Amino acid sequence: MQLTVWTYEAPPHVGAMRIATGMKGLHYVLHAPQGDTYADLLFTMIERRSARPPVTYTTFQARDLGGDTAVMFKTAVQDAYERFKPQAMIVGASCTAELIQDDPGGLAKALDLPIPVVPLELPSYSKKENWGAAETFFQIVRALAGPYAPPPGTVRPARPEGVRPSCNLLGPTALGFRHRDDIVEITRLLDRMGIDVKVVAPMGSSPSDIARLGEADFNVVLYPEVAHSAAAWLQRTFRQPFTRTVPIGVGATRDFIAEVAEMAGVDATAILEAPNSRLPWYSASVDSTYLTGKRVFIFGDATHAIAAARVASEEMGFTVVGLGTYGREFARDVREAAKLYGVEALITDDYLEVEAKVAELQPELVLGTQMERHIAKRLGIACAVISAPVHVQDFPARYSPVMGFEGANVLFDTWVHPLVMGLEEHLLAMFRDDFEFQDAAGPSHLGHGAAPTAAKAAPIAVTVPEQVPAATAKAVDTRPTASATPPQPEGTTWTPEAEKELQKIPFFVRGKARRNTERFAAEHGVALITVETLYDAKAHFGR
Amino acid sequence: MSPLDTAQNGAQGANGCGSAPAPVLKERGQREVFCGLTGIIWLHRKIQDAFFLVVGSRTCAHLIQSAAGVMIFAEPRFGTAIIDERDLAGLADVNDELDKVVGRLLERRPDIKMLFLVGSCPSEVIKLDLSRAASRLNRIHAPNVKILAYSGSGIETTFTQGEDACLAALVPTMPAEDAAAPKSLLVVGALAEVVEDQMLRVFGDLGIGPVRFLPPRRAAELPPVGPNTVMLLAQPFLGETARLLEERGARRLAAPFPLGVEGTTGWLAAAAKEWGVDAERFRAVTAPRAERARKALARHREVLEGKKIFFFPDSQLEVPLARFVSRELGMALTEVGTPYLHRAHLAQELEQLPATVQLSEGQDVDRQLDRCRAAQPDLVVCGLGLANPLEAEGIATKWSIELLFTPVQGYEQAADLAELFARPLRRRAILKVA
Ligand code: SF4
Repeated sequence: MQLTVWTYEAPPHVGAMRIATGMKGLHYVLHAPQGDTYADLLFTMIERRSARPPVTYTTFQARDLGGDTAVMFKTAVQDAYERFKPQAMIVGASCTAELIQDDPGGLAKALDLPIPVVPLELPSYSKKENWGAAETFFQIVRALAGPYAPPPGTVRPARPEGVRPSCNLLGPTALGFRHRDDIVEITRLLDRMGIDVKVVAPMGSSPSDIARLGEADFNVVLYPEVAHSAAAWLQRTFRQPFTRTVPIGVGATRDFIAEVAEMAGVDATAILEAPNSRLPWYSASVDSTYLTGKRVFIFGDATHAIAAARVASEEMGFTVVGLGTYGREFARDVREAAKLYGVEALITDDYLEVEAKVAELQPELVLGTQMERHIAKRLGIACAVISAPVHVQDFPARYSPVMGFEGANVLFDTWVHPLVMGLEEHLLAMFRDDFEFQDAAGPSHLGHGAAPTAAKAAPIAVTVPEQVPAATAKAVDTRPTASATPPQPEGTTWTPEAEKELQKIPFFVRGKARRNTERFAAEHGVALITVETLYDAKAHFGR
Repeated sequence: MSPLDTAQNGAQGANGCGSAPAPVLKERGQREVFCGLTGIIWLHRKIQDAFFLVVGSRTCAHLIQSAAGVMIFAEPRFGTAIIDERDLAGLADVNDELDKVVGRLLERRPDIKMLFLVGSCPSEVIKLDLSRAASRLNRIHAPNVKILAYSGSGIETTFTQGEDACLAALVPTMPAEDAAAPKSLLVVGALAEVVEDQMLRVFGDLGIGPVRFLPPRRAAELPPVGPNTVMLLAQPFLGETARLLEERGARRLAAPFPLGVEGTTGWLAAAAKEWGVDAERFRAVTAPRAERARKALARHREVLEGKKIFFFPDSQLEVPLARFVSRELGMALTEVGTPYLHRAHLAQELEQLPATVQLSEGQDVDRQLDRCRAAQPDLVVCGLGLANPLEAEGIATKWSIELLFTPVQGYEQAADLAELFARPLRRRAILKVA
């Protein structure tokens, strides 16, 4: 039994919903109580989908237990088939139905519907959303493409002369972080390389598309969390190789191009030589000098976290001070990546643990999920979102991929935006006599919303304003307003000179300077804070 | 699913609309309604030193977080003890595990004075007895913390029934009112503080009191109850709570619900009658307020008059809301769906509905959507899962959950309530892109 305040991942059947909702012509019948229908709002509200997810819930009640829940399930499957006329169905149980053991797969099979019905076994008490998505996709692929598998040992025939090489894009789902735009970006990139995309799956595909996955020459795995197991099966069954590089960032995109070129047998020299992204020049331009060595903490799903670390370090010139993931399935990859930056990977799905780590590391930028955005906000640290779990803001109206060359441009903008701008930083520094605590300064272009936290980072319960639109509620600003003089810890006093020196520091960073100095004094048993203590603290906390 | 069966409605259109009883459509198909856990979102704000610990699955945790809008609180006063494989396989004793979780939680949050163990579908299906766990834990943690249990599970409760279950759990712990105590008024149902304060002023002007509220703002302020307690329900979904209060001697005043001007007047009148407030004084206190509220309503009536409205079942507020929008805003009712029709508590409301209305109880969401499309309403009141899909079909919607998060009761909020219905239509009129 685990105490959870916020959870990074939904239960595994929501992963299955992400597959079903992304697809066309597939229907999901879920044996579940009524409250579980909340999951619909994830798609209709957060992603603003214009149609209900293709999911029928049995919504059994206590009075049905021990009675006819199995009959209810069969009726629901039959009714859903007749109403929605899907090409295929998936059936399964949520956490509660798993306990009553009605065997949705067996019940659905007994109905003998004239379409494929894929049973799902998604253990709710041990697995989570991403695993559920991967398992569902794998089962669908196996069930629908399996019948077209060549006999074992068959050699893949060579592609006929004059036919463009082709691939499938695997992994994008409903409710995925920027999946909608990544698909467009990567499809364009592949097209420039002379490669056709046959099927994008699961998002956008129908069961009949899944059936012909084996036709492409190879598979591009965009999101290993979702597509790795399906891609591995396709490789075994259809001898389709699949890509390992996730094209996030300029370097990874180039590596991806090279990997794909090799797989497809095309010449990618021209495309690699073309100036494709603005990121390299923007990063090289003098204004970006101030980005050098910015301390960044990265947390997310494994794919996005690992990719972000590479971009942060190699393409932005940041220093990665922390790297982690909530996805245990890919923990090993994250641990490997963390070694590159000399940090220890944080593998946890405990929000409070992540919060404690950020508070301890005091990075200048957090690249995380919506959870970390909240943590960073409370701690007065700049933040950009790089990964699911998502929020309505992660579905921008504009084209905004994170993959490919345009994706690299998007990353540059999104990560730099919350930071203070180059010249502005210099002016701040000059203005306050080069005092070291400048990094807490908020960028002027973000208005008061980016001002640093002056008071301590204890949990602050803020009343929800009236009219909180559920699910889409803008994260309420829980930061205290910077108070000029936070209460002094017991036992420390400031000399008048030190107080005066403190006043020379711009007001918006004064709180942090005061706090750091007092912390330093407390840690070093200094009872009276002098100007010297102030500069000792500066030297201590500065880099 | 069982076919639609049409039952006769017991509510007689005795006065007002004076017509044949309206048939109620009873459905038992797919419900698209949250479970009772959702109530935690407003209840934990209401009782400021209470913590709500759901004993359930990851689904339960995710439901509350999604319904609340992710991360409104740095560290909210609710959480989930997630049952895992080890608990189910018997590798760990669930009760021991729960005790540990509670111990850790209370250590971390010494500010908590009342802890609710909230049952879920999984905890009920595995027959985890949370009432027993609560009494066991009470022995350990008394007197610092009071530990109570109720069920918010989706197999037992829909949406607002969670509040009913929570308040019902409080009733046995309310102090007994002295038999010699003067008559007191107990207002039952979570209300925004601003609404409570307004009500206190009105009751004060009417000379009615003492007035107390359930739930209280703090755990230690539980009101007393006894034979001299009369209660007014502020919410229409409190069947079990009312029953238990009656068992403790309290008497329920029959009244409409304080939504809209008429509802508020009727609600206050029930108390005024009980206290023998004379008509002159009642008018002097309520008429200016009612008049001000009516003026404020007028602006929204312009937008809403004659418009057709369709209610999907959600909060159990549907019937009083339907009465309000039809009588005070001139809207035309099509179907008014509600998860559960509490006839006794809604008696005065049902009387006021036009005979043409189609009431429905329970749900079969796909069939109801068919009926909704056929009815071609101008505005649909529904849950979050249905809103955008209906909008995409060209039908304006109002999310029903907002009605629970917004102060809507009483005179001063009547126009705010109307505004919630008018806004989607106003917005459509403004937008020049489609
Ligand atoms: S319906 Fe049951 S399982 Fe689902 S969230 Fe509600 S209590 Fe949990």
